[in-house]
Amino acid sequence: MTAITLCDATLRDGSHPMAHRFTVEEVARVAGALDRAGVPVIEVSHGDGLGGSSFNYGFSGTDELDLISSASAAIARARLAVLLLPGIGVKEDLDAAAERGTSVARIATHCTEADIAIQHLHHARELGLTAVGFLMMAHMATPAALAEQARTMADAGAEVVYVTDSAGALLPDGAAERVLALREALAPEVAIGFHGHQNLALGVGNSLAAIAAGATWIDACTRGLGAGAGNTPTEALVAACARAGIETGVDVIEVADVAETVVAPLMPREQILDRDSLVLGYAGVYSSFLLHARRAEERFGVPAGEILIELGRRGAVGGQEDWIIDIAAELAAAHEEQEHA
Amino acid sequence: MSGRVPCAILGSGNIGTDLMSKLESSETLDLVGVVGIDPSSDGLARARAAGIETSADGIDWILAERDRIELVFEATSARAHRANAPLMLEAGIRCIDLTPAKLGPGVVPVVNLDQHRDARDINLITCGGQATIPMVAAVSSVTRVPYAEIVATIASKSAGPGTRDNIDEFTRTTAAGVAEIGGAQRSKAIIVLNPAEPEIMMRNTVFCELPDDVDEAAIAASIDRMAARVAEYVPGYRLRTAPVFDERRVAIFLEVEGAGDYLPRYAGNLDIMTAAAVRVGEELARLQLEARTTA
Repeated sequence: MTAITLCDATLRDGSHPMAHRFTVEEVARVAGALDRAGVPVIEVSHGDGLGGSSFNYGFSGTDELDLISSASAAIARARLAVLLLPGIGVKEDLDAAAERGTSVARIATHCTEADIAIQHLHHARELGLTAVGFLMMAHMATPAALAEQARTMADAGAEVVYVTDSAGALLPDGAAERVLALREALAPEVAIGFHGHQNLALGVGNSLAAIAAGATWIDACTRGLGAGAGNTPTEALVAACARAGIETGVDVIEVADVAETVVAPLMPREQILDRDSLVLGYAGVYSSFLLHARRAEERFGVPAGEILIELGRRGAVGGQEDWIIDIAAELAAAHEEQEHA
Repeated sequence: MSGRVPCAILGSGNIGTDLMSKLESSETLDLVGVVGIDPSSDGLARARAAGIETSADGIDWILAERDRIELVFEATSARAHRANAPLMLEAGIRCIDLTPAKLGPGVVPVVNLDQHRDARDINLITCGGQATIPMVAAVSSVTRVPYAEIVATIASKSAGPGTRDNIDEFTRTTAAGVAEIGGAQRSKAIIVLNPAEPEIMMRNTVFCELPDDVDEAAIAASIDRMAARVAEYVPGYRLRTAPVFDERRVAIFLEVEGAGDYLPRYAGNLDIMTAAAVRVGEELARLQLEARTTA
């Protein structure tokens, strides 16, 4: 029977729709409930990873280290994971997270820039953490190119390398091809992961295709709480895996109950696949740009969808939230010029 | 004031070679040698073709020529500079350091060169620092800046192994410069590599937190003036839009197009380093020549 390691990223990817305002109480409630339902890995960080609290990405309401401590105190069996994007966070952030009880370090780069993660992956291993490489915006690289980058991460000590569909733009075939390419390129002891979004409503489908191709670490967020249209919903993935005979170690009814009674009440709104989040998947745009584009729409009077499409056209990668204001200001000026012409 | 100050470039890679192109037209600096460690490097071949003396003996050549070289531009690596700096100091040679070694004071020509004219080793911080610190200084000269944050986005192809292998050093060094030289009380620096083709120009965003009731017009005017001053030595340095003021914050958007001397135009991040180095070198040379004339 196939078995996977489920990583619930509600308390990290879900930080985006929460405007990075999770409280210690909410984190304790969610982490504790997921732990009791049998979720083996729980990720807690600012949405843009350790050190993400900023003008550019949004300031954290509560220091993420305090959120990690809160989660750590609330769980009995699960392992705690953190995310770090080199260029935003630094190695010392991993030290601090490890001291608070983290045992999995996920180091994320754009899918063509794996070499900037080498030091951080080494450092994670030195700290005794499970080192995970996270290749974001994976739809932008061919399977062969992605496999090459995955090799760089594995050589640096990554024990798991993820195909990260940050834009929710991959189709099941594309997800499977990439997982397969990584599986062929990496030593058998290195696991392959898949991280999906719902922008084309394919989170669960893509995850199942990835598992069939050899992925054994799968990300999901309870009630889908995550950037864009949200992530692969944990409870739906667990139920689908149960139907498919894939072992997750998570109880379907219990985790569905966590989604309904613990996570849903704290959400600012339910995750729906609306027009703008569909554009993310359709145009291949980083999911966490969505709410920033909506804020820019309010500030500059330019439709969020138009801003997102322009971001896609210019090839914006994860972390380039600053381009949103820049582009919105530029589009607003262009609109004004047209009106005067 | 007459004559020129003899200088040499240590390092014949991309940066050293671009620097060579920029020094060829200098009125105050006389480039007498380009030194590398690889006799077959493109940089040394170009220097030879331009009629400049070359050597593949690295620091040894510089030390042997100590009597005629007064200033060295070091464009090697942080590790090499840490080894070379004490030797050049002892030999009485001043150094402008383009590596991230950060031994001497960090200098941004339009902000704090005046305070370090006598330094024997001047460090140029990072490309992100050269691009963004002037803007933070422009705001902090008008009002208190409790916090400043910069985001530097560069084309993947223009990020060399030095940046990639130690990206934490980039963010840390840049953030320190934003506070210490730019005048912000607290700071943060972020760098993003973008692989889009055709390659993107270097782009920088500078966010400054502002106190209540600031004079927005005065801040905007200060930003404009500063951008014009940087553009004097980095012609491709420009504001993309007017500064965007929001509640207690201003966002400034910059683009740096390279001069295309040796490096491609998109590599504004490398161009701003070599342009700043030449600016600092020429200023030091001018002071030296003036002192000579008046002596």
